[in-house]
Amino acid sequence: MKILLGAKMQPLGETAIQVSFGEKIDPQLCICARALAAELEQNPFSGLKELEVSYTGVAVFFEPLVLRREKLEKINPELSHSYQVVENYINKLLTKIKLSEADVATRVRVPVCYGGEYGPDLEYVAEYHKMTKEEVIHKHISGDYLVYMIGFAPGFPYVGGMPEEIATPRRETPRLAIPKGSVGIAGSQTGAYPLETPGGWQLIGRTPLELFRLNDLKHPSVLQAGDRLEFYAITPEQFKSIAAQEGSGAK
Amino acid sequence: MNILVKKSGPMSTLQDLGRIGYQKHGVLVNGAMDSFSSRLANLLVGNNPEEASLEMTMLGATMQLQEGMIFALTGADLAATIDGQPVPRFRPICVKRDCLLTCGFGKQGCRGYFAVAGGFDVPIIMGSKSTYLRAKIGGFEGRALAEGDVLKVGASSAAMQIFAQRVMQKDGVNSAFATVSWYVPGTFIFGDDVIRVTKGQQYDWFTEESIHDFFNEPYSITLQSDRMGYRLEGTLLQYKEKRELVSEPVIFGSIQVPADGNPIILLADCQTAGGYPKIAQVVCADLPRLVQRQPKTDLHFKQVSLAEAERLYLQQEDFLNKLAEVIKRNLQ
Repeated sequence: MKILLGAKMQPLGETAIQVSFGEKIDPQLCICARALAAELEQNPFSGLKELEVSYTGVAVFFEPLVLRREKLEKINPELSHSYQVVENYINKLLTKIKLSEADVATRVRVPVCYGGEYGPDLEYVAEYHKMTKEEVIHKHISGDYLVYMIGFAPGFPYVGGMPEEIATPRRETPRLAIPKGSVGIAGSQTGAYPLETPGGWQLIGRTPLELFRLNDLKHPSVLQAGDRLEFYAITPEQFKSIAAQEGSGAK
Repeated sequence: MNILVKKSGPMSTLQDLGRIGYQKHGVLVNGAMDSFSSRLANLLVGNNPEEASLEMTMLGATMQLQEGMIFALTGADLAATIDGQPVPRFRPICVKRDCLLTCGFGKQGCRGYFAVAGGFDVPIIMGSKSTYLRAKIGGFEGRALAEGDVLKVGASSAAMQIFAQRVMQKDGVNSAFATVSWYVPGTFIFGDDVIRVTKGQQYDWFTEESIHDFFNEPYSITLQSDRMGYRLEGTLLQYKEKRELVSEPVIFGSIQVPADGNPIILLADCQTAGGYPKIAQVVCADLPRLVQRQPKTDLHFKQVSLAEAERLYLQQEDFLNKLAEVIKRNLQ
């Protein structure tokens, strides 16, 4: 595929390489990034430290000490530094990747209790757009969401795909503490706060789901870059019941 | 054994070499700012170099130590004393009786490291003991030390205990601590103010004049500097044109330039991604020297190739490995 093979590679210092598939926020680029990350996870090179998927590509972190010892001198003494080995490796990998969205996108359903104490700004958002609260909820649920990146805070998803009709500016004064699980709107972005943090998003609801699990070493963040995300509405009773299950370690 | 914190200093945190492998989950790397000094301190007390040390910033902590502890100080000179007697850096120190280790203001450097034989007994969170201040996890209760904290210390190895016995027997002086006559060279991190960098991803976005200024004018570290980043002040840097940058990964040592033109060097607690154009990236080998520069001092940047950056990195790691061998031999 054209986007894959047109990847631009740049050093991020002597211990990382930034692979970019473009410069815009675009679901296609996200799919490519996710596919490359998956391929690298399946076929790691020795010296690979970690991967970070962002909006437009993947950062690949490596350990030159290992690459030197195991690759450079033995395999190709003409290369002067580890970056070149990694660049060659990724280029080769890119030609092998077959893109099919069905394979790569995981669907994650996130329950949200909208309004009331769970979403103190739902009323404001409704008034702002001259809608009823139900219309705002309906619009929010109807979105076709894609998780572009996890960042800002542990497990915090940067989500694209919210209907423009409910895009709402941030609060003028940020809240000092936003409860864990809060689902909010900031401009045309939506997202959920996995941990209690300060923030200026308009809070329309809250999820009882533990979005960040400290003790889950493999997948501490429930959401991953490239995931498709669905929100669905629950009642306060359902919220309490799911929260109790999550809290009791039933995961 | 326990260490009782009498005075914490403004920013004293437990740090190892950081949380590796969790950036894709939005988890910061954290870890020691000067990883060279942290590793050296641990090697000096017979620990694995990856063990956590206590990083003290500008003003050190005052701590009650217990008889039988073996500790080492590296990095900044925090004017450490026990009973008014100066405690030397860069060598193992054996505590002969319960005593108070008092640290003061940094005379040389910015961050001092304290490691103790047996390591700090704190939970390992996602593979690391590093303090993650923003998320309140890791280290000691996810925060910087405060007065009254009690740090648990792990058991030191039998070999280290024998070593300590020998050091204390040789030492005839009636003081609270005993040490050895040898030490390792750990002060190269206080060298000159030239910081070597490779090109940043948006290097080409800057005007020719700004590139020239960046490499020829001094940049001063401002007081608005912490473990997240050094905010610099100097000749303002300009982009050729205004362009939007979609957030992309940033790392320890990335030098980004917001629209106001003053560069920021991102450090150990930096975000995983950022949206400001990056003019340069500090080479790994110069990170220890960079983070030991105090606020209100100047930096000069010098460009090197990627191959040179890697060579410098390997050279420094090689140097540390050689020190590790020498220390190991001396601890026997």
